Amino acid sequence: MAEAVDLKAIGTRPIRPDGIEKVTGRANFGADLNLPGMLHGKILRSPHAHARIKSIDVSRALALDGVISAVSGKDFPEKSGNDLGVNIIARDKVLYDGHAVAAVAATSAFVAEQALALIDVEYEVLEPVLSIDQALSDNAPLVNENNHTNGDTSKPASNVAAYQIMSRGDVEKGFAEADVIIEGEYRVPTAHQGYIEPHACTAAMNEDGRGTIWCSTQGQFDVRSNTAAVLDKAVSSIRVIPSEIGGGFGGKTTIYLEPVALHMSELTGRPVKMVMSREEVFRATGPTSATLCRAKVGAKKDGTITAATAWLAYEAGAFPGAPIGPGCMSVLAPYDLDNFKIEGNDVLVNKPKVCAYRAPGAPQSMHAMECAIDELARELDMDPIDLRMKNCSDEGTVAPYGPTFPPIGLKACLEATKAHPNYQKAKPENGGRGIAVGFWFNIGMQSSAEVRIAENGGVTIMEGSPDIGGSRASMCLMASETLGIPYEQINAHVGDTEGTGYCNTTGGSRTTFATGMAVIQACEDIIAQCKQRAALTWDLDVDQVDWEDGQAVPKPGVNADVSPLSLADIARSAGRTGGPLLGRASLNAQGAGASFSVNWTDVKVDKETGRIDVKAFTAIQDAGKAIHPAYVEGQMQGGAVQGLGWALNEEYIYNDDGIMENAGFLDYRIPVASDMPMIDTQIVEVPNPSHPYGVRGVGETPIVAPLAATSNAVRDALGFRIYDLPLSPPRVLEAIDEQENA
Amino acid sequence: MSSYSYAAPTSVDEAVEVLATNAASGQRTQCLAGGTDVLVQMSSVDREPRLLVDVKHIEETNAIDIGNNEIYIGAAIPSAILNENEELKALLPGLIESADLIGSTQIQGRASIGGNLCNSSPAGDTIPALIAVGAQCVIAGPDGTREVATEDFITGVGTNCMSDSEFLLGLKIPRPGARTSDAYLRFIPRTEMDIAVAGAGVALTLDENGVCTAARVSIGAVAPTALLVQEAADALIGTNVDDVALQAAADACSAAASPISDKRGTVVYRRKVVGVLCKRAGAIARDRASA
Ligand SMILES: Cc1cc2nc3c(=O)[nH]c(=O)nc-3n(C[C@H](O)[C@H](O)[C@H](O)COP(=O)(O)OP(=O)(O)OC[C@H]3O[C@@H](n4cnc5c(N)ncnc54)[C@H](O)[C@@H]3O)c2cc1C
Repeated sequence: MAEAVDLKAIGTRPIRPDGIEKVTGRANFGADLNLPGMLHGKILRSPHAHARIKSIDVSRALALDGVISAVSGKDFPEKSGNDLGVNIIARDKVLYDGHAVAAVAATSAFVAEQALALIDVEYEVLEPVLSIDQALSDNAPLVNENNHTNGDTSKPASNVAAYQIMSRGDVEKGFAEADVIIEGEYRVPTAHQGYIEPHACTAAMNEDGRGTIWCSTQGQFDVRSNTAAVLDKAVSSIRVIPSEIGGGFGGKTTIYLEPVALHMSELTGRPVKMVMSREEVFRATGPTSATLCRAKVGAKKDGTITAATAWLAYEAGAFPGAPIGPGCMSVLAPYDLDNFKIEGNDVLVNKPKVCAYRAPGAPQSMHAMECAIDELARELDMDPIDLRMKNCSDEGTVAPYGPTFPPIGLKACLEATKAHPNYQKAKPENGGRGIAVGFWFNIGMQSSAEVRIAENGGVTIMEGSPDIGGSRASMCLMASETLGIPYEQINAHVGDTEGTGYCNTTGGSRTTFATGMAVIQACEDIIAQCKQRAALTWDLDVDQVDWEDGQAVPKPGVNADVSPLSLADIARSAGRTGGPLLGRASLNAQGAGASFSVNWTDVKVDKETGRIDVKAFTAIQDAGKAIHPAYVEGQMQGGAVQGLGWALNEEYIYNDDGIMENAGFLDYRIPVASDMPMIDTQIVEVPNPSHPYGVRGVGETPIVAPLAATSNAVRDALGFRIYDLPLSPPRVLEAIDEQENA
Repeated sequence: MSSYSYAAPTSVDEAVEVLATNAASGQRTQCLAGGTDVLVQMSSVDREPRLLVDVKHIEETNAIDIGNNEIYIGAAIPSAILNENEELKALLPGLIESADLIGSTQIQGRASIGGNLCNSSPAGDTIPALIAVGAQCVIAGPDGTREVATEDFITGVGTNCMSDSEFLLGLKIPRPGARTSDAYLRFIPRTEMDIAVAGAGVALTLDENGVCTAARVSIGAVAPTALLVQEAADALIGTNVDDVALQAAADACSAAASPISDKRGTVVYRRKVVGVLCKRAGAIARDRASA
């Protein structure tokens, strides 16, 4: 760990390298690439939630003037009939409203769209599975007749794809020791990430079998390997060039269009561009899971929690893969418990396959538990912060999911809450205040980085993590700090799959931590080389040379009458000392540090209309070390707004046949700016010992606590609890009326 | 016809002729004012080719005339212009507020009251406000102009009484006298950029003692068309527009509503909220009229 006092660049707030391009509209996003001779591809989507495809006939579409290609599932390699491939284009069954059935490529988008109407598909409509309750009920139809829980074919087929359990101690005994027990069942609806930029790509296949894909993605290397898998091609035959990204939040960690576009390019010999409409984004890309969570917690009169259980069921969509792992890991992570049991169920339903969304799985399970903890505090007549302080995880606590926590910032966040002026302020008259804790474990994984020095000493960072939250600025700041070179002399670039070393996808709040570590190591490589070049120049031993403030100097005590050599000096004469300076690092980052948060919000409820007015919101979060504090605050604010939106109005609305009724931003209500109060933030810094500058990931945690904080605030304002989200006006008014009539 | 075409007549006669000729030829024609409905529909649900007849280059659709007895508002005037007109705002605060609720600043640079009315959505925000202030729709056609009360103008969801060769010139509103004012409120789950789940417009006149002598109440988004609710007006007339009277008007609105349950709200919810809006809008109109 570098000494905090020494830091010059880290912790400052310079403008971002990609700022000018974005505010002037010159940045290129997924849909901005056009190539000569390019065709436009469109996808025909299922109008049914669950149906057998009896036949597909594209001949009428192909006959339309301007249509060059029309394909369906049978045109794709049989080998790709796995979940990924079948999600991209259906084979014998359609599994959700919006499931891709066929695709056309035509000379214009308009013609392509007209052609879709000429594709004849015969369906045998099947009964859809539309909720967890239905999926788990006896005699429920099966989404997949071949699905057996955890692959255990000795049991009958089921809609539960996976079940997992984590436990410690004896919960029966723990509850027996409790003076107070709180139990509840909570539902959270499906929510979409709501990125502004729809999925888009252009793909071109050459006659030599090499393909190039330009697209908006959080991970160009995953696009490459996934596309290769779906098309049964060699990974190395595909090059993926990531564009600037207009939001992802986890939703651009998988692929939808790319193999279809590349396949049609191969068939036609022309580039194919595909851009989703907003409706397609809602109907056919992965939102996060709707969930049903049961939380139970018991405590002694003094507030000591004696036992807790959580039973989680998450909708996976039509294919396995709901984030039950992280949901289970997170639900009790803030608490140091002797007795707990956590169960997770990955449940198949006829809805789109879920995808990652900020802290995947954690907001839902922690909503349930943080509401239960709030009820516990009320029942015990204890301050909700004091109750959490009494039971909170700290350094040395064995996390529910196994490892022992190194230093973590939960206590520091709780203390900062109590001291915060917003917390000391009275809540609004007739209003309510709600508090909740958030958590995300964060991840490391593989990253590579190169640092290239120009002849004048200018620094270029080349790395492979698409920048979804200002990471290029953070890379430049860490390089600036490490090299001792001003921020302005450093550029950071996100390379394509041929232009940079392998990096795992941007996600899980890994980039500033893991790719940042690679950048730091690549800078250290440069420093080592510079010391060598200086030693050579000065005729000294390399260990007689130091690197200080961006220049090579003889170590104290070394008798040499020389002036320091700056990076620019060394770069200028690099030709004479061994060639260009190129630093490299690749790693599999270990020791990602968990990030805890405390959020609270003040609300007022219009008791005649059920409308909730969010008056104030404060987020406190441990960043380990905020490399660029403004972007950390931005993450905290953005996550808070997404969490508030989910708590207040966001939800997928399906009719009885499983057709999505609100596939657009008019009726899928993300908050607008005027709905939101200022999101106040305070960064807490408890350094992560595993990162050179103490970084913890910060991007996921912010969305976790707002759900329960809002529920708890509404509980406080109304005097009774509404267990389910969203707290939309009709639901709130209905609950108020029921309460009044009760 | 397989392509779009566009005409921008500069006089009423020219516009009527273009419309009539095209209608006679059986081609699809659509008027265009600000385009904030038309263009959105054309790029999503309804891409069919058509002739667009731009009605905003005609003097009569752009005029505002505040007379001693009557106020005239051209059909194509964008909300932004109306919102800046202090005299109109003072005379018809509820109507101008309803225009100010449409979309956002950007949308209001284009969106017109005429477009809102002619789009004839059950949820159009200016419609209950227009009905409340007693607006007459001035329609131009091959046989000259005719006038229709707003509550009779709209005939169903997305339909109105105009023929293919007619278009809306503007709206005539009786100039509010002393102690007369109006208010419009809508309910949306968000604070803007949303569509009304329910709306209520109230216009009323008080005598010197604060007793209501005339009232018109209209509700929106709770039936296939915006409704003039006479029972609600009757509940206010002859009272001081106190809480009891307002509640009676609210109940009348809830009773008159025949909403549907959909993704935006349930029958029960809409019925209840439309009453709440009537009550609140009535109180605002009363306070304005007595100010
Ligand atoms: C982002 C957004 C937000 C919106 N928010 C709201 C809202 O809050 N409340 C609301 O009520 N609406 C809202 N709207 C809808 C729309 O803006 C309004 O209905 C607006 O008033 C339409 O006016 P316009 O001038 O743009 O009409 P146009 O789109 O030009 O026309 C609308 C319809 O009226 C017809 N028409 C227009 N003028 C005439 C005429 N003179 N004679 C005959 N026919 C005519 C057209 O043919 C068309 O059918 C919103 C729209 C958008 C895009």
